[in-house]
Amino acid sequence: MMPDLGKYAVEVTSAYGITFLLILIISFLYWRRGLIIKRRLMAAEARKDA
Amino acid sequence: MSTKLGMKHFWPFFWKLANPKVFMRWSGLCLPWIIALTVLCLGTGLIWGFFLTPDDARQGSTVKIIYLHVPSAFIAINGYFVMVLGSLFWLVRRQHVSVLVAKASAPIGMTMTVIALTTGAIWGQPIWGTYWVWDPRLTSFLILFLFYIGYVALWAAIDDQDKVADLTSVLALVGAVFAILSRYAVIFWNQGLHQGTTVTIADGVSQKNISSIFFQPLLLSMIGFGLLFLTLLLIGARTEIRAQRLQVLEGLERLK
Amino acid sequence: MIQLFTRDVVLSVRSGGGFGLALVFFLILVVLMPFALGPDQSVLAKIAPGLLWLGALLACLLSSDRIFGMDYEDGTLELLATSPLPLESVYLAKAAAHWFTTGLPLSLAAPVFGILLNLNLEVGGVLCLSLLLGTPALSLIGSFGATLTLGVRRGGLLLSLLVLPLYIPTLIFGALTVNAAALGKELDGSLIPILAITLGAIAILPFFSAMALRANLQ
Repeated sequence: MMPDLGKYAVEVTSAYGITFLLILIISFLYWRRGLIIKRRLMAAEARKDA
Repeated sequence: MSTKLGMKHFWPFFWKLANPKVFMRWSGLCLPWIIALTVLCLGTGLIWGFFLTPDDARQGSTVKIIYLHVPSAFIAINGYFVMVLGSLFWLVRRQHVSVLVAKASAPIGMTMTVIALTTGAIWGQPIWGTYWVWDPRLTSFLILFLFYIGYVALWAAIDDQDKVADLTSVLALVGAVFAILSRYAVIFWNQGLHQGTTVTIADGVSQKNISSIFFQPLLLSMIGFGLLFLTLLLIGARTEIRAQRLQVLEGLERLK
Repeated sequence: MIQLFTRDVVLSVRSGGGFGLALVFFLILVVLMPFALGPDQSVLAKIAPGLLWLGALLACLLSSDRIFGMDYEDGTLELLATSPLPLESVYLAKAAAHWFTTGLPLSLAAPVFGILLNLNLEVGGVLCLSLLLGTPALSLIGSFGATLTLGVRRGGLLLSLLVLPLYIPTLIFGALTVNAAALGKELDGSLIPILAITLGAIAILPFFSAMALRANLQ
């Protein structure tokens, strides 16, 4: 299933690897900050309405 | 007829998005769909390109890096464009959503720039024998990266939200002018004393006669990266809008 | 506006001001370079133009965070803002003062320092001219950066980061001009881009700097 990457296997896999890693990191960071802020906001809104 | 009608309704709707509540509502509704589309396009494009395309005669399997390098570079530049537009709208119309969209777009654009630079360098190693070459395109991206870093750093350095929104927007606009200037300066610099252009990797591939074997998955990947940018942008902007509201609420609490 | 300019120049020349700073830094760079690169005359002559331009740029950068800093801290800047003088003029006066005490001396000193790097005097003349045309741009850009980083802790570091990419076109064209001269090529209009950048900076930066100053003085 894996294509024969020949002599450039290291290069191609590392390029894809780094790209996925970076996309993963930024997505995770954005998602996580989103979650934290959302929770804090809901808590603050609840305190306000209380 | 439907597109004309569509366009007639698009712009009034677009301006409505400046209202935080409207923005939150619509972005919230669209986000799941956009995420799904992102996974679909990006996944298909990359899988197609990686597994199902042949190697290049000259570059071997490294040509597969094109599905990462070109889309990320394309989005890196467009991300800066979004940043500048958001900044402009803030300075002119003082609508927070605009500047918060700009703020959210920067780290994504920055990441895309890093991806473009890294994949470019990795691609360049077997082709040129060295990881880094000061060719116009890579150099321009390095400069773009510096612009992004400065913008993000300024946001982080100042607490007063309205003040920092103004300052970063000014930076973005002036930066845009200099970024365009740099693009030409770098070409000039690279040719400079040695006549004749250097051929960049991307030049070799972006010839008009890329066969559709390469072009279709490339296009799909580009759309995928674009949707990824949009996804993260919406998530980020929503977070920033919430964070701003949070700051207001917490400020009010402290007053009590 | 002339008064502001004169005042800043005088302040800068007095002790505690930035006048000597840029020149001394430039001298240090020039003196240390051969120790770092080896005394080979031909090598030095080849890289001298670019190094001298770079040295001038760094020297300008180093003194940039002082442009508005002290006035901001002691409230003078707020006073200036309420005066009839428009903020754009405040910015221009300060940028001009910075150039007068940094860029101008550097441009004149560069060919002299260049002798240490085996730079022949004809090329030195071109170097001086290119610096005279280009350092105003550096002062204007540095001053613009200073308006953004007013009141930021460790503002100098952030300033350098912001200004770095903005400096690149000026450096490219400046160094290119002198390098061409060193290779014996005709000047034929290569000073024009440098001049264009400076003029462009005068045209657009005051407007944006005033905006930044206003934001900081709220």
